[in-house]
Amino acid sequence: MTWDVALILSIDGLASSAIYLLAGLGLVLIFSVTRVIFVPFGDIAAFSALTLAAFEAKKVPATIGLVGTLAALAVAAETISLIRQRAFARLPMAVAGWGVAPGIACALAWWAAGRDLSMPFAIGLTILLAMPMAPLVARLALKPIADASVLVLLIASLVLHFLLSGLGLLFFGPEGVRTQPLLGGSIAITDNFSVGLQVVLMVGAAAALSALFFLAFERTLAGKALRATAVNRVGARLVGIRPARTSLLAYGAASLLAGFVGVLISPVTTIYYDSGLLIGLKAFVAAIIGGLTSYPLTALGALAVGLVESFASFWSGALKDVIVFSLLIPVLILRSALSAHAEEEPEEIPS
Amino acid sequence: MTVLLEIRDLHVAYGRVEAVRGISLELGAGQIVSVIGPNGAGKTTLLSAAIGLLPASGSVRFEGEEIGGLDVEARVERGLCLVPESRELFGEMSVQDNLRLGAYARRLPRRLLKERLDFVCTKFPRLAERRDQRADTLSGGERQMLALGRALMSGPRLLLLDEPSLGLAPLIVQEILSIVSRLRQEGVSILLVEQNAMAALEISDFGYVIESGEVDIRGPSDVLARDPRVFATYLGSME
Repeated sequence: MTWDVALILSIDGLASSAIYLLAGLGLVLIFSVTRVIFVPFGDIAAFSALTLAAFEAKKVPATIGLVGTLAALAVAAETISLIRQRAFARLPMAVAGWGVAPGIACALAWWAAGRDLSMPFAIGLTILLAMPMAPLVARLALKPIADASVLVLLIASLVLHFLLSGLGLLFFGPEGVRTQPLLGGSIAITDNFSVGLQVVLMVGAAAALSALFFLAFERTLAGKALRATAVNRVGARLVGIRPARTSLLAYGAASLLAGFVGVLISPVTTIYYDSGLLIGLKAFVAAIIGGLTSYPLTALGALAVGLVESFASFWSGALKDVIVFSLLIPVLILRSALSAHAEEEPEEIPS
Repeated sequence: MTVLLEIRDLHVAYGRVEAVRGISLELGAGQIVSVIGPNGAGKTTLLSAAIGLLPASGSVRFEGEEIGGLDVEARVERGLCLVPESRELFGEMSVQDNLRLGAYARRLPRRLLKERLDFVCTKFPRLAERRDQRADTLSGGERQMLALGRALMSGPRLLLLDEPSLGLAPLIVQEILSIVSRLRQEGVSILLVEQNAMAALEISDFGYVIESGEVDIRGPSDVLARDPRVFATYLGSME
């Protein structure tokens, strides 16, 4: 391997790292607040790539039907549960939140489909359509079992993934799509080496979104409430933070990230209805490196996964996924060694 | 005296084991009422049920309104606040953030939030010194102060205090209890659960002695403190 090849592979790895970083942040966010390992994250990312491709091809994105159906089901579920609780006063808000809000996104997308859209507008619409997906799916399948064990939640989340990817095949069909690069051209670094602007955009967007997330967590009350729920659920309830509300916020923010992942990845990889799982799984490896709780470590994990994947594909294209997932073994050994050490620390002595 | 909290025939069970068996108690506005009793008598269970962390049967009325069917968050919004024995602080967050989140249910505008923060900081100067420190780096006494401070941030009408002196050095216990006893000047009523019976009776107006999930003896605190039965059963070791 020459230095040039290594450089090219590193840049390639950085681009993938950007994707895994955003997806990893989404997974950690949802897990820390709700204890759900949200496997359908990747599906939502894939669906938003397919949505963007449909807008580009001047077709009506099938996502409209999918989101519409989910919203209708969520409104029905919410209505039934509110009628059971006899909380009629909360019905209008529930219908507005679960039905009208996603409905507006769908209507806007339906109106825009088939027209000549500028790229930023199409991207905005794509993300708007992605936004309600995780909250709707979670409302339907995960909220009723919110207090179940992590294992039950994981199984439900896996089932959701298979359900969504089945629905993906039904709504989007088996064809793969690839969208126009958001930014063409490249920057020449040396004589025989240049970096594509798309890669710069991916890394830049991931960095900007992570920074935005960091600020939201550190500076806003809603962000602090999210952290508080993740740190101490009982404590959060005791100051009046509703877990259901913070969960909704976490799912919404993660859905937004999934939308961005789809938009950023579709120009560089061909995306099929079921491409989401692999994206999600690799982001999961990154999130595991972060212990499913730490955002900075997840970012490091995403970097490691992206780089390892890139170099592995150079040595053996067939084995690159095996090599990436093998990363889990040393990471888990290291983590368990470290946490065993933590348990041996003496109990703190109150003053 | 208007009744602030009225609990009638409260039953709480963990599976088939009944931890609270028909407890009734009353607390007037501006009062400090202590609940004392040995380990495992059901004191913590009683408070958990009052705030809504545990499902219970029976009636809990707050300011005349039945709140037994409300969830924890709704009770907090109405002005109840539990400071549990385990403190339940946000360990990875700063002292200041812990305090700010204490007022979460009130949705205060920035200016009022700051005023209340300053008020709590003057009450607990030690917290003010450690504002930017992580909550899990505090000492036991400071943690209890933070738990109390966080509760005060919500501007509660009724504080439910669970063993505020647990695990603390005697000097700190004195300090915490004197802060507690002064809280009523701020219009806060307190239901105080304590194993340290003498200290609790000293600062309270009325006391309930519970054992095996039932009220055993009740009466004004000064009378209870002199009651030979209380002495014999619960305070014997202190003499």
